[in-house]
Amino acid sequence: MSLILLAEQLLNGLQLGVMLFLMAAGLTLVFGVMGLINLAHGSLYMIGAFAAAAVAGVTGSFVLALAAALCAAAAAGALVEILIIRRLYHRDHLDQVLATFALILIFSEGTRWIFGSFPLFLNIPTYLSGPVTLPGGIQYPLYRLTLIAIGLAIAGGLFLLISRTRLGIQIRAGENDREMIAALGVDISKLYTIVFALGAALAGLAGALVGAIQSVQVGMGEPVLILAFVVIVIGGIGSIKGALIGAILVGLTDTMGGVLLPALFKTFMEPSTAASAGSALASMLIYILMACVLIIRPTGLFGAKA
Amino acid sequence: MTLKSLALAACLTATAGMGFADGHAKLKVGMITTLSGGGAGLGIDVRDGFMLAMKQAGDTGIEVVIEDDQRKPDIAVQLADKMIQSEKVDVLTGIIWSNLAMAVVPAATAQGKFYLSPNAGPSALAGKGCHPNYFNVAWQNDNLHEAAGAYANTADYKNSFILAPNYPAGKDALTGYKRQYSGALSGELFTKLGQTDYAAEIAQIRASGADSVFFFLPGGMGISFLKQYADSGIDLPVVGPAFSFDQGILQAVGPAALGVVNTSQWNKDIDNATNAAFVETFQAEYGRLPSLYASQGFDTANLLISAAAKADVGDADAFRAALKAADFASTRGDFAFGNNNHPIQNIYVREVIQEGDIFTNKIIGTALENHADVYAADCAN
Amino acid sequence: MSRETALNAVMVMGLFLVPLWALWADEPFIITLTTKAAILALAGVGLNIALGLGGLVSLGHAAFFGLGGYAMGILASHAQSYAPIMETPFLIEGTKSMPVIWVIAIITSGLAALAIGALSLRTTGVYFIMITLAFGQMLYFFSISWPAYGGEDGLSIYVRNGFPGLNTLDPIQFYAIVFVILMAVLVFAGRLAKSPFGLALNAARQSPERVETVGITSYKLRLIAFTISGMITGLAGALFADLNRFVSPTMFSWQTSGEIMVFIIIGGVGRLFGPVVGAVLFILLEHLLGGLSDYWHVYLGVLLLLIVLFARGGLIGTLAGKEISHD
Repeated sequence: MSLILLAEQLLNGLQLGVMLFLMAAGLTLVFGVMGLINLAHGSLYMIGAFAAAAVAGVTGSFVLALAAALCAAAAAGALVEILIIRRLYHRDHLDQVLATFALILIFSEGTRWIFGSFPLFLNIPTYLSGPVTLPGGIQYPLYRLTLIAIGLAIAGGLFLLISRTRLGIQIRAGENDREMIAALGVDISKLYTIVFALGAALAGLAGALVGAIQSVQVGMGEPVLILAFVVIVIGGIGSIKGALIGAILVGLTDTMGGVLLPALFKTFMEPSTAASAGSALASMLIYILMACVLIIRPTGLFGAKA
Repeated sequence: MTLKSLALAACLTATAGMGFADGHAKLKVGMITTLSGGGAGLGIDVRDGFMLAMKQAGDTGIEVVIEDDQRKPDIAVQLADKMIQSEKVDVLTGIIWSNLAMAVVPAATAQGKFYLSPNAGPSALAGKGCHPNYFNVAWQNDNLHEAAGAYANTADYKNSFILAPNYPAGKDALTGYKRQYSGALSGELFTKLGQTDYAAEIAQIRASGADSVFFFLPGGMGISFLKQYADSGIDLPVVGPAFSFDQGILQAVGPAALGVVNTSQWNKDIDNATNAAFVETFQAEYGRLPSLYASQGFDTANLLISAAAKADVGDADAFRAALKAADFASTRGDFAFGNNNHPIQNIYVREVIQEGDIFTNKIIGTALENHADVYAADCAN
Repeated sequence: MSRETALNAVMVMGLFLVPLWALWADEPFIITLTTKAAILALAGVGLNIALGLGGLVSLGHAAFFGLGGYAMGILASHAQSYAPIMETPFLIEGTKSMPVIWVIAIITSGLAALAIGALSLRTTGVYFIMITLAFGQMLYFFSISWPAYGGEDGLSIYVRNGFPGLNTLDPIQFYAIVFVILMAVLVFAGRLAKSPFGLALNAARQSPERVETVGITSYKLRLIAFTISGMITGLAGALFADLNRFVSPTMFSWQTSGEIMVFIIIGGVGRLFGPVVGAVLFILLEHLLGGLSDYWHVYLGVLLLLIVLFARGGLIGTLAGKEISHD
């Protein structure tokens, strides 16, 4: 395998990683601050993609589509938090799992009700389409580079938000001691709504950004949701830094595993069997990674000690 | 719990336009198909095509019961049990996916029921596992891939890169392509089922030195692949089976699909009266262009209607012979069954074009003429 | 008799009488549906030992359900094709005998539960939920891509496996088998909860420190509970495969794990009959709502949501009141 191809695959892994981070950041914040397992996070990703596709279809503007995705997902998140989720904070994880599982059913079939059973169209804007040549002669799609840049920029923004702003201080305080910050006069229910809406908006943005190069369809959120859970568990629940490192680790493992394992198997197997066996192992790889991390560090890489 | 089946049957009976005084239909058919969840588009097309034919035929004495399998094999098996045990259907149809068909068909035919497949054609049911009561009105799974291989030869491709998801139908697809294709392979990849990001595969295609790409990635996987492929700047020709280019998903792929060659046993421009009428009435009835799945549903219903007109389903041998004769006007033109009750038919080469705002296909040639599947030889029917 | 006991008795009577009524009314499908509910309830009873008694929220029980299913599928498919499973170093042949299949399903899923449990129990809380999910997903992807037994297409067994003296293809006779097993396992689970082991496990769930101070390793207790739990769910998997005469990777999917868990939550966590009530209700809803519209999942979702929000402690909790506290 040539060095150029390897570099290109590393970029691909990085790109998958930063998109996973956008999903995982909201999930890990919501868990860290409110102690809530939200299975319906994937639905917010889907809502973002559908909102973007609908707006892009009408206006033709990709920027407006992204704005719509952010707003729609944030609004849906805030609404769900106020109506349902806030009743679940004091419940155990089981009730949360069941309630948010029910929300998946409602969101998925509701979306199908509104938009029909066929996938929607959402495309890359012309100014971001096509490949660019990177140093070393790598041909790489401009859009994917943009995704990496947006993802890293948002990661940076989140760190600043958490470490420098008043909201960030409240969030960190909320992770440590909920009763205390309520006693200090912080409007805790407003804080929860804001955190939930922020996480939802990030998921919606990820849905719209990824929707442009994938298929905008009902059920698109669930596979990503599982991956995002893998990410936050590897990184340590509640840790933004853990989510970023976990996301990139998962992105690279998944991409490089899919490329390298079949190639490795080909060295001692017949090509067709090697392709099949290699990709079988590759599809299990991130779960193996997650199990290994948890066996060695039971609370993830950056998780608080249990 | 019978209330709902009654209501459903009543409403469907009404749409099928029949009214038997004694309330007994001459023939009862159970349709198990995917109407909810991710793959619902295909099932809805099959159902709509099927019901359109029923409506056009008027009073045929055929009663239809429809149920949603949610694309889950265990639900499909349960529905089949229900249709056989409590609805007492004579004929089953409707299943979209090969794995669901494998779960339902052998048991149904073993119980003496007829099964007409409007979509799935797994090889296990075409060869040694064939059954005289199992009729496939669509294709054997390998057919469209074989046609793609045959097209690759005529297009003079020498070095193809081929990829499919890592599951049995994906392996059948690559086997089918290789069976006809006589050039070399620059790479062979199996992707994860349900995968949505193909950056890694596309990078490998770019580095492989291939002169063409064959892929089988049904549904959303194909949409994702095509969009990402178009954006990658690779301009190698792409060929694939019709499943990634059907009317339902082409609009979601958009311009990325323009000019791509794909193989299909049907297209809306096949020149015969039945097809022209089908395309027109389908559009009038449902407000969208029909897909190949809709055409398969339509043909399945017309096959059933033709057999019911000739023989009573109570006389299984006569009914079987009537089905086998395939004496109906197909949207595909000539239609005949081989010894294993799978179609012998032309498979066409289509190209994706744009008509106004709509992306659709037009036929540009014939890949295989009167093509039967390779498994037929193993079938002892 | 407490209200919960009365409710349990009603459930047993219902499971006993409804199929008999269906037999009389010539509605074989209702028997099939009840069989499905009973088998899923059995899987739930298995999970409930880990979940309700041990407080181990496993989102990976589909692994054991699927292993039980594949134990049946692999053994029966080899018997069907007369090809031995392996010839060296010693001959293993397939079988179509239910009791043999059950034993193998129980052993296989028990060993898997022992291994998965030993690794997963190092973690707690959400991490435990996720690591069990990870093991489930590994088996799911493996079963999809491993071609020998059908991969994603699954395996069809044309004739249901046999049980000495019974015609298992007759819905009511197969149901009789399932009913007896479910009742036996319920009795076992009830006894287990009241046994010294069950009491210690319950104590370990509420306060691990207290148990450790009297010299019991809670890790060991939990591992045993998890293994027993996996064995029962594996047995349910084998029966489920026999009901459908079909196995596929869907049995391994995380949605399957989720559904088994949903039965327990609907019925009532830690209640002996919780999974039974939950599974029956779920099958009933699926069956009744399925005909209402193409979008029936929305109604199902709303109903589940209402149950979580307003029926605390599941249906048994709502109908029968609070569990008598042992603290």
